[in-house]
Amino acid sequence: MREDIIQQLPYSKPFLFVDEILELSDEQIKGCYTFRNDEYFYEGHFKNNPITPGVILTECMAQIGMACFGIHLLKDTWNVDTMGVAMTSTEMNFYSPVFPGEKVTVVSDKIYFRFSKLKCKVAMYNSGGDIVAKGIVAGVAFKKEA
Amino acid sequence: MTEKELLSKLKTIITPYVQNQEGLIKLTEDTDFIKDLEINSANLVDVILDVEDEFDIEIDNDAMEKMLTVKASIEVIADKLAAK
Repeated sequence: MREDIIQQLPYSKPFLFVDEILELSDEQIKGCYTFRNDEYFYEGHFKNNPITPGVILTECMAQIGMACFGIHLLKDTWNVDTMGVAMTSTEMNFYSPVFPGEKVTVVSDKIYFRFSKLKCKVAMYNSGGDIVAKGIVAGVAFKKEA
Repeated sequence: MTEKELLSKLKTIITPYVQNQEGLIKLTEDTDFIKDLEINSANLVDVILDVEDEFDIEIDNDAMEKMLTVKASIEVIADKLAAK
């Protein structure tokens, strides 16, 4: 569903962490991503012990829970060529590790969307339904300098 | 509400978002939120939302764009309160 939103994201490989949007309303988004076995960061995080870095989990939550959600909420205002996005704050707690090949689901609930700023409560779950991470993220959309 | 009370309430609202504490100590009407207090533009949105809650008013885009200094914010808030 809503493949069009994923097409409008400002990210590409190897830094796109959205596979699919599963559910979407003006209040909530749900999406998923499967970490490939050959993601570039597994080579160094950690030595001979690949685990998905927390910053990447946060990024995945922001790409689904903020960027995809924000593009939906901005509707026709969003233009990937002339506008940019920026993460402006995060507050995250982590509960379970995510290993190569694992599929995660992100749920993001809108706290507010005002003046092009989106603030959300986000949570990530693994395929067993266990909580992986939970917190608050906020970001803005803005017109890029010409 | 007097301007002094208004200023005092505004100061309480902005305090958690201020990065430059010295700017807060030296707060005047001319204090610029971004330049003098180092509040980032994303937190400026939080300031506006807190102002809306505190004074029970609604700030639109035009008003929000004006609210970059203490003086301009007080003017906007006073106008909105008067229009209630």
